[in-house]
Amino acid sequence: MTILDGLSAWLSDLKAEFILNFIDKNRWEMLVQGLQTTLLIALFACLLGIAIGVLVAVVRTTWDSTRLTMRRGPGRLALSLLNRICLVYTTVIRGTPVVVQLLIMYYIIFASSNNGLMVASLAFGINSGAYVSEIIRSGILSVDKGQMEAGRSLGLTYLQTMLKIIAPQVLKNVLPTLANEFIALLKETSVAGYVAVADLTFAGNRIRGVTYSPFMPLIAVALIYLAVVMFFTWLVGKLERRLRQGDNR
Amino acid sequence: MITVKNLRKQFGDLEVLKGIDQHISPGEKVVIIGPSGSGKSTFLRCLNLLETPTGGQIFFEGVNITDPKCDINAIRRRMGMVFQQFNLFPHLTVMQNLTLAPVTTGLMDKESAARKASQLLARVGLSDKADAYPAQLSGGQKQRIAIVRALAMNPDVMLFDEPTSALDPEMVGEVLDVMKQLAEDGMTMVVVTHEMGFAREVGDRVLFMDEGIVMEEGTPQQIFGNPQNPRTQDFLRKVL
Repeated sequence: MTILDGLSAWLSDLKAEFILNFIDKNRWEMLVQGLQTTLLIALFACLLGIAIGVLVAVVRTTWDSTRLTMRRGPGRLALSLLNRICLVYTTVIRGTPVVVQLLIMYYIIFASSNNGLMVASLAFGINSGAYVSEIIRSGILSVDKGQMEAGRSLGLTYLQTMLKIIAPQVLKNVLPTLANEFIALLKETSVAGYVAVADLTFAGNRIRGVTYSPFMPLIAVALIYLAVVMFFTWLVGKLERRLRQGDNR
Repeated sequence: MITVKNLRKQFGDLEVLKGIDQHISPGEKVVIIGPSGSGKSTFLRCLNLLETPTGGQIFFEGVNITDPKCDINAIRRRMGMVFQQFNLFPHLTVMQNLTLAPVTTGLMDKESAARKASQLLARVGLSDKADAYPAQLSGGQKQRIAIVRALAMNPDVMLFDEPTSALDPEMVGEVLDVMKQLAEDGMTMVVVTHEMGFAREVGDRVLFMDEGIVMEEGTPQQIFGNPQNPRTQDFLRKVL
């Protein structure tokens, strides 16, 4: 009977722990709010990152593919300048840690703002954009240059060809890598607590700090991240299968 | 229809075209032959400015298309091009491949573009492939689709850049048949090819290019029957 006694003692311990960490004072609400904050930051940063990434990638590939043939003039000068700015941006962002960027944004650039959520979203978005731009750029470069030539030879403009012919193929090519970047981004937001944003990690850690019982809150936080990532992976998988029409069957 | 004056093209230090003068009349079928690296594909690609010439002028229907102010997109809508590697759009069905350009450029509305595409598909015997994706087609089928994709824009001239070079031998015939049919319909055609039989049968004029210039030109009878230039003689001895 000792094994059974031990088991029931362990179970009641576990139950007490659970009640202490999640039920008492409705502490679970902190986790829910933390998750909301995490998802909000990740979503906004993802959208901002994709917007910046596409812009930077288009500027850089357009410059690379046209600089030899483009006529001199203000258009060429503007594009060349934009290309420089994009290069500096990717170099600086990829060359410094995201936590440092976050701290600089919060304590220097937006020192007058108390909106940590906004600052964190911006910081992660700007950070993600640098990586997304490289993903999109490699996606654009992976499309055979005959596709652009075919589009242009039919009388489509550069922009029309980009939007109707190149972009759909790029999307299909980069989706897995882009999903990977979003997963990384989602988990990176766990350092938002540095600027006093109560994200999921911050919430779990605060529960630990109050209850002095690290196991439950930290494992719960890990499981929630895992569940979100798995759900997202499943979603992307579905989208990928839809986009793969037209491949060899 | 197309007049080329002293056309030059340089890639870095390499001069690929060293001054070409040509006139192509409406309805004429010009076949360009020559060894690889002779500049024949570059010449063809200059005609619709896929390559930007470094010197000389090209006039299409009286318009100087090498003038920076020329709207090259409008010009290209009247010049069809067929590539060695087909370059079909892999993410679109055959039907969408055919209707994309006419609809996007505003040449036709969706219904008339679709009607025209169906007619063209019937013409090359591929009506049953309208909803297929390019990856499901054979090389010969892809190239026939690529030809009608260009025709869907109602071009005044068709440029062919080695259209059968990437095909398995048994599929060359079906593509050449489509091109012959097109020639019989009176289309103006400029064809870069290694198919000497096609050049002889369809060409009104054959250009032999080597080292960036047109070394010799004439009717197929002259070029194949009685070539004058030693380089032409040497080339034909090797390929025939």
